[in-house]
Amino acid sequence: MSIQQKSGNPTMQTPQLDRADTRVRHAEGIGGSVGAFLDRVRSGDLGSLPVIIGLIVIWTVFTSLNPIFLSPNNLVNLLFDCSTVGVISLGIVCVLMLGEIDLSVGSMSGVGSALIGVLWVNMGVPLPIAVGGALALGATIGAAYALLRTHLGMPSFVSTLAGLLALLGLQLYMLGSTGSINLPYGSSIVDFGQLMIMPAWLSHTLALLPGLTLLVMGLRTRAKRQAANLSSSSVNGLLFRAAVATGGFELAVFYLNQGRGVPWMFGLFVLLVVVMNYAFVRTKWGRSMKAVGGNAEAARRSGINVTRIYLSAFMLCSFFASLGGVLSAARLASASQQAGTGDVNLNAIAAAVIGGTSLFGGRGSAWSALLGIIVIQSIANGLTLLNLSSSLRYMITGAVLAIAVIVDSLARQSRVSHGRA
Amino acid sequence: MTENPTDPNRTEPILSLRGVSKNFGAVSALTDIDLDIHPGEIVALVGDNGAGKSTLVKILAGVHQPTSGTIHFQGRPVTMNEPADALRLGIATVFQDLALCENLDVVANIFLGQEKNAWHLDEVAMEVRSWELLNELAARIPSVREPIASLSGGQRQTVAIARSLLLEPKIIMLDEPTAALGVAQTAEVLNLVERVRDKGLGVVMISHNMEDVRAVADRIVVLRLGRNNGVFTPDASNEELVGAITGAVDNAVSRRASRLSSSGVGEGARP
Repeated sequence: MSIQQKSGNPTMQTPQLDRADTRVRHAEGIGGSVGAFLDRVRSGDLGSLPVIIGLIVIWTVFTSLNPIFLSPNNLVNLLFDCSTVGVISLGIVCVLMLGEIDLSVGSMSGVGSALIGVLWVNMGVPLPIAVGGALALGATIGAAYALLRTHLGMPSFVSTLAGLLALLGLQLYMLGSTGSINLPYGSSIVDFGQLMIMPAWLSHTLALLPGLTLLVMGLRTRAKRQAANLSSSSVNGLLFRAAVATGGFELAVFYLNQGRGVPWMFGLFVLLVVVMNYAFVRTKWGRSMKAVGGNAEAARRSGINVTRIYLSAFMLCSFFASLGGVLSAARLASASQQAGTGDVNLNAIAAAVIGGTSLFGGRGSAWSALLGIIVIQSIANGLTLLNLSSSLRYMITGAVLAIAVIVDSLARQSRVSHGRA
Repeated sequence: MTENPTDPNRTEPILSLRGVSKNFGAVSALTDIDLDIHPGEIVALVGDNGAGKSTLVKILAGVHQPTSGTIHFQGRPVTMNEPADALRLGIATVFQDLALCENLDVVANIFLGQEKNAWHLDEVAMEVRSWELLNELAARIPSVREPIASLSGGQRQTVAIARSLLLEPKIIMLDEPTAALGVAQTAEVLNLVERVRDKGLGVVMISHNMEDVRAVADRIVVLRLGRNNGVFTPDASNEELVGAITGAVDNAVSRRASRLSSSGVGEGARP
């Protein structure tokens, strides 16, 4: 069957390339899309559904307990807090995609923040160079993990556990006896971490982008698929989704602008998520990541350089961890011994898993870091508003992580039995 | 050397192995293997379980490296340290354990490692090409946008074969290509193997099914316990082949045949 003969003629005289097999049900129209979505969920392909339901439950509970939770300014604070650990979580998504883990991201972020304090505040190195140094150190340590994994066969669980301790030691060594270095208030980096807010017009303009992108890319793909005699999505469905996205984002931005507005730091986080999402979905690198996570031997036989994929994933993970450390130093206006300790490590990993990135490798999305960290920070923020101690916060966050992993595991079993693994 | 240039055995071989051995620790999986593959011929590789067929294919695919011996590709000595090297030379392989990523869809699997437009994947072009390859195979794949996990064994085999054709290789190696296929699909794959041969490619096919082997092979190379044990033409008798495979004229297959004939129930004369 020629592929050119039907271009520009969408009537159904000859079946489209991908609709020739009559045994397969295809979703038609909006009703069909809803049905297909329900089918997917039932077979265990949950996507972002658990996290969205979880978020609704958490926000409802906390708002009913303390109405301040949903106030615009509290949500702005929430977004500031999300950005630091969220960036770390984005790196975790990279290693989880391969079915690996990095347990040292907390310590790595501590080292990143300590390096800013030592280089910039104590030694007077210009800020961009200090930040660059912290990020470069992160990437180097990630490379070391990757080499241990690929050349010595050391499980990443063990190498990064060793790294957790070693990096914590490095952080304490760098900070010396004082134990904490304050970053000067009024400096650009502290302003960025605490004060800088997008102008209202800019945030509203940026909120238009997702819907517009959805529409423009959707229409372009549709035209290309029609020209190639493939089935394509309906214009109405596209318009509907673009309208929902635009409405949702504009509403959120409008609400946040009732308070202080959208933090630039959160803007940076979202930008990183969008870039990583593009890399995962639309580049050869992202496809290779998923392939290595799904079946490393098959990926190797297909000519993918598996070693290089491991290297890139671990380097990105430690790089983002270090960047998260720099951001948290900016947020707290200090580089202290406490930076990166406690629950930072687990929060970052929990966020990725709660957001829907599988611990078993091969499945995940950059958005899971964003969605997951909002859940985690909502819990932390809500419990703080209720004046509950950190002991309860740890227990509840731990329970949420356990539930997320159980959902992931059950969904995986269901996918296997429904042939969707 | 050039007395009869139309005879495929007299043309320059694309791939030529001399004295290839492979040891796994104390076990010699292959010893002193010689093998020539000429353009436009189908070489069937037969042998009992553990004869070293799959090991040989994996060496040619760059998965394993030979312990000793030389491999010449189009007259030049080559070393293949990883599968990417073999693919680059033009040796495509369909492995017995298909080597597909179950979490990726059909298009992603067919184009794995060979994606169009590395920085902005051209999904439409890849999907169209996938359908073309699958239609060439007269394949019945319900949807190329479903993960491989949702396909049956035969459908997975078809995807694996379609993938090997993507790069327009010079040699294609099929490890038990028809083992998991139905009657019609087996015939289709054998047709396809012949079509590939007619395009001037060399084909190496491993099979346990003597019927399939005789149907398409130009030469039948027998391996036994990791060594060359004879080269046959498709008109060789079953007894000869089985004898070479098992290493004895008196073997389970011949004993069964003689028992059947002596008890008066000749071959093919069963009710």
